[in-house]
Amino acid sequence: MTSGAEPIRPSFARRLATALYRRPRLQLGLLLAPPVGALVIAYLGSLALLLVNAFWRFDAFTGSVVTTPTLDNFSQIVTTSVFRDVAVRTILTAAAVTVTDALVAFPMAYFMARVAPRRTRNVLLVAVVLPLWSGYLVKVYAWRLILLNDGFADSVLAPFGLHGPGLSQISAWIVFSYLWLPYMILPIYAGLERIPGSLLEASGDLGARAVTTFRRVILPLTLPAVVAGSIFTFSLTLGDYVTPRLVAGGTQFIGNVVYDNIGVVGNVPLAAAYATVPILVMLVYLLLARRTGAFESL
Amino acid sequence: MESARGLRVLLGVLTAAVLAFIYLPIVLIVVYAFNINRVPTWPPAGLTLEWFGRAAQSAEVRSALALSLEAAIGATLVALVLGTLAAFAVHRFRFFGRETVSFLVILPIALPGIVTGIALATAFRTFGVQLGLLTIIVGHATFCVVTVYNNALARLRRTARSYEEASMDLGADTWQTFRHVTFPNLRTALLAGGLLAFALSFDEVIVTLLVAGPQQTLPIWIFNNYLRPNQAPVVNVVAVVAIALSVIPVYLASRLSSEATGVPR
Repeated sequence: MTSGAEPIRPSFARRLATALYRRPRLQLGLLLAPPVGALVIAYLGSLALLLVNAFWRFDAFTGSVVTTPTLDNFSQIVTTSVFRDVAVRTILTAAAVTVTDALVAFPMAYFMARVAPRRTRNVLLVAVVLPLWSGYLVKVYAWRLILLNDGFADSVLAPFGLHGPGLSQISAWIVFSYLWLPYMILPIYAGLERIPGSLLEASGDLGARAVTTFRRVILPLTLPAVVAGSIFTFSLTLGDYVTPRLVAGGTQFIGNVVYDNIGVVGNVPLAAAYATVPILVMLVYLLLARRTGAFESL
Repeated sequence: MESARGLRVLLGVLTAAVLAFIYLPIVLIVVYAFNINRVPTWPPAGLTLEWFGRAAQSAEVRSALALSLEAAIGATLVALVLGTLAAFAVHRFRFFGRETVSFLVILPIALPGIVTGIALATAFRTFGVQLGLLTIIVGHATFCVVTVYNNALARLRRTARSYEEASMDLGADTWQTFRHVTFPNLRTALLAGGLLAFALSFDEVIVTLLVAGPQQTLPIWIFNNYLRPNQAPVVNVVAVVAIALSVIPVYLASRLSSEATGVPR
């Protein structure tokens, strides 16, 4: 480390550098403290507070929160049919969106990974990444304009004697599928690209036809990637209240119920209790996903 | 197995169709922003720049744009610092709970948006924190850390430690090595991660609506105005500006760093 016969006393910065170099644990502590501290306090702390709130009670008469532990909110959620219906509708929509995205994404991901020449592939990758990161609300709003009565969908379908789905639950399914599609394309693309060409050749040499190779080789090897993509499509659908509000025409999803309770009604405990539904669904989903090896494909 | 020619063509056609599906709404909103009609009828009756002028004159729109930029810059800076530190810690050291750090960084973006939103909103309310720019920055930073972290970590993993060791062997101390070897190598990854964080923050509305209080970012302004018929043309213009300001950073990030696309190239 030192250059031996250094005649001048090293600077403070240099001595600090040496001191740190000799104490790796201190280095680690200094590196970790800000990010972990911030996330644990600001994020996990908030989540914990939310969970505590779920066991408190909102007094509608005084408009204040009573901090006596109770399971009232949860029993209200389980026994009220609206809450059950909204939860089931949201989870089924999330599942439908996930299946739709997997089916739509696969051919494109396959084309990108195994058919397209390198240059085309890079262009396509950027074309998929751009809408993944940008313009969420703008895209939802654009879909609203498309789906509105006498909007783009109705105008284009009119010559065929058809009309668009309007603002409805079907629209929510279409728009969710549209929004999260890039989240499905990218992991499947990465999964397909990782399959060595020799495996497909071997399958062909052993007499398998294209369909058999697809079913027995390609599909099992890309399943973790599909599951990785589905984590996003599922979670993003469960946690969205803006898309239903703009395009679902009054159909409520979990996010809407939570948002309305915290915003309009001010019933934070009930909102918190209802928010545990998507949290629980995602925890179960993540545990199941981990068993397929999807986390290595994220 | 070489795919049959017919199958390749079919896949190409499907890809083009999916791509058209992805970009159709975006193209449509751009066309509507120039539509001479106040109501979004198809096809447009004529084209005009009038609505862009209206949007530029609106004080509300201008202050929403300013707030969005301030929040995105603030969140990006916080994310850059926290994400880089976490990436170094995870890359350089083996310690108990190392996997948990990755999990902790990913969690705010992996959990449904409404959960992150109401958790933070509840915490701010409980501790009497005034909702505004600061709470927006805190909210955005929690889920922006992951973009910087992922980009920095991927770059660190691809870089041989031997350069840094050579630098140290030649007498450079930790700071000099960081300034002349580590940082230059990391620079584009940090820039790409920062640009993605900026886009993510600029674009966000689900968490923002819950932590912004009475303040309006650009997406919140759209959310508050999309139902007002006389505002419709201006909303279209703001939408185009909003999407441009988040697409451009993402495009730059994808040019800067292959890690930014999330897939190896």
